[in-house]
Amino acid sequence: MKLIIAYIQPHKLEEVKAALAKAEVGKMSVTNSLGCGAQMGYEESYRGVKFEVNLLKKVRLEIAVNESFVEKTVNTIISAARTGQIGDGKIFVIGLDDCIRIRTGERGSPAIG
Amino acid sequence: MRYNFKLNKSLIFASILLFMLWAGAALADEAAPAPVDPVAEAKAELQTNMNIIWTCIAAFLVFFMQAGFAMVETGFTRAKNSVNILMKNLMDFSIGTPVFFLVGFGLMFGVSNGFCGTTMFGMSGTEPGSHWNWTFLIFQTVFAATAATIVSGAMAERTKFISYLIYSAVISLVIYPIFGSWAWGNLLLTDNNSWLAKMGFHDFAGSTVVHSIGGWLALAGAIILGPRIGKYGPDGKPRAIMGHNIPLAALGVFILWFGWFGFNPGSTTVAGGMAGYIAVTTNLAAAAGAITALVTSWVVLKKPDISMALNGTLAGLVAITAPCDGVSPMAALIIGGVGGILVVFSVLFFDYVVKVDDPVGAVSVHAINGLWGTISYGLFALNGGLFYGGGFKQLGIQLLGAGVAFAWAFGLGLVLFFVISKTVGLRTSAEEERKGLDIGEHGSEAYNSFQIFSTM
Repeated sequence: MKLIIAYIQPHKLEEVKAALAKAEVGKMSVTNSLGCGAQMGYEESYRGVKFEVNLLKKVRLEIAVNESFVEKTVNTIISAARTGQIGDGKIFVIGLDDCIRIRTGERGSPAIG
Repeated sequence: MRYNFKLNKSLIFASILLFMLWAGAALADEAAPAPVDPVAEAKAELQTNMNIIWTCIAAFLVFFMQAGFAMVETGFTRAKNSVNILMKNLMDFSIGTPVFFLVGFGLMFGVSNGFCGTTMFGMSGTEPGSHWNWTFLIFQTVFAATAATIVSGAMAERTKFISYLIYSAVISLVIYPIFGSWAWGNLLLTDNNSWLAKMGFHDFAGSTVVHSIGGWLALAGAIILGPRIGKYGPDGKPRAIMGHNIPLAALGVFILWFGWFGFNPGSTTVAGGMAGYIAVTTNLAAAAGAITALVTSWVVLKKPDISMALNGTLAGLVAITAPCDGVSPMAALIIGGVGGILVVFSVLFFDYVVKVDDPVGAVSVHAINGLWGTISYGLFALNGGLFYGGGFKQLGIQLLGAGVAFAWAFGLGLVLFFVISKTVGLRTSAEEERKGLDIGEHGSEAYNSFQIFSTM
């Protein structure tokens, strides 16, 4: 079992979601997040005072999958979220010790699917 | 002594008598051409002053509608474009005011050559002071600004700011006032050569002159702009792009409803009982529009949809604007009610069939219901309406006026927006549209993002 955490461009969310659904990965959580990286920032101004904004809006996906789905999920996210420009985001794959479905008490792989 | 005294007394008496005779004769001479009735004179002056006060109050109410439009449009669009749409609403009024004062008012109400007015530019010929023309100018200025501000909602979330400012100046400069001179040009100089008004075209407070003109321009703008990114899927089906603040939109609609009590009843420009009657027809139509839009959305869309009900209220108000002074209260209910049904189907029609992306429903509310309201006078007018035995004459004139408004505003709108798109450019870049016009055009946000702060 793995936990896949992906940071993507907000406007790519709909495409990524649709592509994942097509690849039969239908379970995920999505949160708004702020982050900085290679993309640097941009300048805003308020009442004539300029300031640098370098925490940019991103969307964070968390998807728990069984081993057989890891490559498929990662590749699907890449193909849907990639524009080729700096700021497209990152994907982290983390080992997952356990998973429990609250309703049934199932544990491990069956609880993920 | 006694005798002398007597003489003196009679002399004084005689001279007083003479003086009175002379003064009386002099007074009689002055008053002879028109005997003055001081009561009538005072009544006339009182009425004039009351007319001025009522028209000013109405103008201030109509001005407040700018706030209503700003809130409706902000609420029905996404948070990332709020600064942009508020700036457009502020600038519509701020650019429209001097432009209408300097040029528009003269084109609309000056001595007409048959096409447009040719005098009174910058109010030349009217002395600064208490003249009625000044009250009339402020009342007409807020009307012109209403027509201008309708367009910003339909073109929301994707129009270049500078291009919008150019459009905004042109509507108050020529498009609105020239059509206005055809329908309303004789409101100030009553013998003015206003061809639509002379034919008997009836648009009491501006279903056509204000709302349809704005609405048809909005349609032209939205067509040339094209839909927002993501509005239509690859299969061509419309997608919902939800507004970010429905409470603001609802507040805006209540403000507009409130302002309409100046828009319609104030168009009497006379302090009198008609203002109260028109407030009744206006209110009935607004309420009916809200109810029928609610029921229509409930039946067609399966849920009572708030944004449709809010649009329905405005549809009823726009529809009753032309006929509000000349129809019965029952007819007002019907006119507003039909407006509420029309607006729901019109929104769906433009979304699904024509595929014109109008984020706030401006075309359906203002163009379609302005058209309906204008036609409705031909049907329901107590004096000359088809349903009251008046035959087809009034209906024909109403259709002609509404048709001319469509050709004028939609035609010129297409030309204007096409020229802007080929020169300055009408649409922002796709990247800017995604980021939002607030950051792209104005470099600032309406809701200062995600504030990170400590609570201890």
